[in-house]
Amino acid sequence: MDFELNENQRLIADMIKDFGEREIAPFRNEWDDKQEFPVHIFKKFGELGLMGVLVPQAYGGSGFTYDEYITVVSEVAKLDPGIGLSVAAHNSLCTGHILQFGNEEQKQRWLPKLATAEWIGAWGLTEPNTGSDAGNMKTTARKDGNEWVINGTKNWITHGKSGDVAVVIVRTGEVGDSHGMTAFVVERGTPGFKAGKKEDKLGMRTSETAEMIFEDCRIPETNMLGKEGEGFVQAMKVLDGGRISIAALSLGIAEGAFEAALAYSQERHQFNQPIFNFQGISFKLADMATKLECAKLLTYQAAHLKNNGKPVTKESAMAKYYASECAVSFANEAVQIFGGYGYTKDYPVEKYYRDSKLCTIGEGTSEIQKLVISRQILR
Amino acid sequence: MNILVCITHVPDTTSRIAFTNDNTEFDKNGVQFIIGPYDDYALARAVELKEQHGGKITVLNVGEAETEPTIRKALAIGADEAVRVNAFPSDSFFVANQIAAVAKQGEYDLILMGRESIDFNGGMVHGMVGELLGLPSFSPVMQLDVEGTTAKITREIEGGKEKLEVSLPFVAGCQEPIAEWKIPNMRGIMSARTKPLNVVEPTDATVHSQLSKYELPPAKGAVKMIDADNVEELVDLLKNEAKVI
Ligand SMILES: Cc1cc2nc3c(=O)[nH]c(=O)nc-3n(C[C@H](O)[C@H](O)[C@H](O)COP(=O)(O)OP(=O)(O)OC[C@H]3O[C@@H](n4cnc5c(N)ncnc54)[C@H](O)[C@@H]3O)c2cc1C
Repeated sequence: MDFELNENQRLIADMIKDFGEREIAPFRNEWDDKQEFPVHIFKKFGELGLMGVLVPQAYGGSGFTYDEYITVVSEVAKLDPGIGLSVAAHNSLCTGHILQFGNEEQKQRWLPKLATAEWIGAWGLTEPNTGSDAGNMKTTARKDGNEWVINGTKNWITHGKSGDVAVVIVRTGEVGDSHGMTAFVVERGTPGFKAGKKEDKLGMRTSETAEMIFEDCRIPETNMLGKEGEGFVQAMKVLDGGRISIAALSLGIAEGAFEAALAYSQERHQFNQPIFNFQGISFKLADMATKLECAKLLTYQAAHLKNNGKPVTKESAMAKYYASECAVSFANEAVQIFGGYGYTKDYPVEKYYRDSKLCTIGEGTSEIQKLVISRQILR
Repeated sequence: MNILVCITHVPDTTSRIAFTNDNTEFDKNGVQFIIGPYDDYALARAVELKEQHGGKITVLNVGEAETEPTIRKALAIGADEAVRVNAFPSDSFFVANQIAAVAKQGEYDLILMGRESIDFNGGMVHGMVGELLGLPSFSPVMQLDVEGTTAKITREIEGGKEKLEVSLPFVAGCQEPIAEWKIPNMRGIMSARTKPLNVVEPTDATVHSQLSKYELPPAKGAVKMIDADNVEELVDLLKNEAKVI
């Protein structure tokens, strides 16, 4: 096993830093303030090949593995966690679902547009009354000839407004039947499909989160992914990969907060010495450094299994759970190490503090990860 | 068009500079290495010229195996193949000889490099390569356009600019704004792995200089704050302590 970044990963990290320092860092506070979703950045990411990292080159993607994908998401997250979240959701949820479960014609139709960011993708599972308990969803699709008619509301959807195409999981069978749900692709502009309210959030403000509303929205049978009744099971598999995404997102935030705090602890002097000299501070950093390595190892372990087509449910839940808790606690400790300055927008840790909290909530809360892990270890 | 781009492998501009071994060696510990920023401009312009005129870009580095990640980056940015002369780049004359030896093997229309490296900042290699190959050399070149077998270049000179028309081939040491730095994309990174990187052994060349010791510039002194009302004290300090007026 090789524990060092490979050459591709180093080049990718460099590329993202070079791009981000010029095109993201100078503007991120303004976007955060105004809660602006910088669509033009995603278009440029499309040119760079960051929007179809796992998509084979034959479909216009970059054709890399989860190893490089982790580098992409975490390096972007370090620059701006909200943009990192959007990259993750686009790549692994919407695009990932079509890549894993679309037929050849569907892949040809949607993947090239998604991989180049000509289109931005959304993925809708959550509803106002069903988050962790997604299987209880109320949005339905009814068959009518060669068409399906969707009715209901999905909320908390990343790119629910700006997404050009969405994969939605809706009820086509009985409540309580895990095989009673089906996944469909809905394109923006389809009559009866519209965006609802955009959420005003604590953090991740550069990532758009909005409602998607379906009112007698008719879509052709050819937009169904896989078979009728497979939607929920597909969604759980998509989330197995998605959790690696959120683990990577968390790694980026954790590393960003750690690096900022480590640098500051050597620059800031109190009592005539750098605050790093106080064990109260250096021990915090020692803990962070150790936990960061743990989080990385768990995440790369999950990636390794995923790359080799092995079951990854337990390991990706562990990686997501651990890395996201690290992101939140590191951001908290980083603000502490910065003291009053950490409480202002002049330093990046204030933003990490707000942004990090999403990581223990989105794509399955920490409690749900523990539920998944405990079910797996009981086997 | 056949372009040779020579790149250096140098510490990132923000690196903390320290020395070891009784100040005779640069401490590489924790230092990130990059393509020399001026070389990066040369490479970027080569990529643009190739886009306009077609052709092939070869990157060349004189360095030991550790420079290969830097060379791969140049391949990811858009060079077609690479040559590494397997030797420590001891001094400008040695490096220029290696470059000239490689250049003689191919028929290059242009030999581009940075105006200087950013480690030792010698700024001599392009001139020496030109001399060794019997070609004109220009530096620092801020603009370079090619039409047929001639090029129009703009070069910075003391207090102004000089516009020249030169016939190919020639050697140019480049600087901004000759091109915009290029960021590799994921496809470039993927294909960099499969592009040829040939390692060749150095030709004999005399090393004329020997490094005896490094010395850091003196640390910046503390700042003295003087009250705005106290102009006399300021003048006194500037005159008697700083001795600048
Ligand atoms: C910024 C953002 C972006 C998002 N993007 C998307 C997206 O693109 N697509 C999408 O489909 N969804 C998205 N979501 C939704 C997200 O996946 C849900 O918020 C998440 O799954 C939690 O659901 P909930 O908010 O309804 O919380 P609830 O399920 O109501 O949970 C509330 C609390 O109860 C706990 N809880 C619930 N059940 C149990 C249990 N059995 N045992 C123990 N504790 C339990 C939870 O852990 C949590 O602490 C996004 C959310 C956010 C905030």
